[in-house]
Amino acid sequence: MSDETLQVDVVEQAGAVLLAPQGELGYNEAPTLRQYLKQAHDKKPTRIVVDLANVSYMNTPGVATLVESLQISKRNRTRLILCGMNDKVRAIFEIARLNTVFEIMADRDSAMA
Amino acid sequence: MNVGTSGNNGTNGSTPHLRLQMLSNPLYLSGARELVSSVAKRLGFPDTACGQIALAVDEALCNVMRHGYDRREDAPIWISVWPFTDEHGDALRIVIEDEAKQVDPAAIKSRDLEQIRPGGLGVHIIKEVMDDAVYEKRDAVGMRLTLVKRKAPKPTPAPTATSAPAPNASGNSDV
Repeated sequence: MSDETLQVDVVEQAGAVLLAPQGELGYNEAPTLRQYLKQAHDKKPTRIVVDLANVSYMNTPGVATLVESLQISKRNRTRLILCGMNDKVRAIFEIARLNTVFEIMADRDSAMA
Repeated sequence: MNVGTSGNNGTNGSTPHLRLQMLSNPLYLSGARELVSSVAKRLGFPDTACGQIALAVDEALCNVMRHGYDRREDAPIWISVWPFTDEHGDALRIVIEDEAKQVDPAAIKSRDLEQIRPGGLGVHIIKEVMDDAVYEKRDAVGMRLTLVKRKAPKPTPAPTATSAPAPNASGNSDV
């Protein structure tokens, strides 16, 4: 019995796909986000934006899902942009030294512009 | 998930101030993480340190569930907590034990962060946010991870011309 629910809002706009997960992004929730990312990649958009503004907590399963998606993005020549990180989430990327690997923007508006 | 105060962690013979037994079910990760964070907060650790302790425990439990128990959800994990004071000041020791397959502690390494790939980050994060993180085999079965977080960072000795970096207690200096 595992709680694997993660709400993810999806917005498609001008060749871009925006994913906005809500809640915690850890061991339970990472597989759900992976599915959403896979569906986004399948559409071959010009960019995928993952808005983390409503993600309160993330650990390495969540980070690993985004790294996996980054690799697919590079193969597909799709821009993958992360935005809206709070300090806790940003700290994980900094500890893992992934903050310089991902394209990270302050908020959804700048990422979708 | 049981919370109790009895038991012996097998490391120093003293009774833990808190001992929690949980199943290797990810459903209980957030509860375990919030418990240790809350205890650290009540012991006077700053908010940032409480978050780091919670993150390290969460990463350690994820590793036990994924790699130790191969995602089995009905196996036991114990978390024991001791506050203590030594010459460096106040600190919190957290011991995580399991009955999962044993691995050579020296083989538990942080991955090279230059390799951009999913997986292998948990050990690096644990060692980065805690003052000590030591893996060892339990006597009969399973593994034990001893984590220490200090209220104030342990002073780093001034480097000398003859000193060499000391490996941590797991024999792994690749952090």
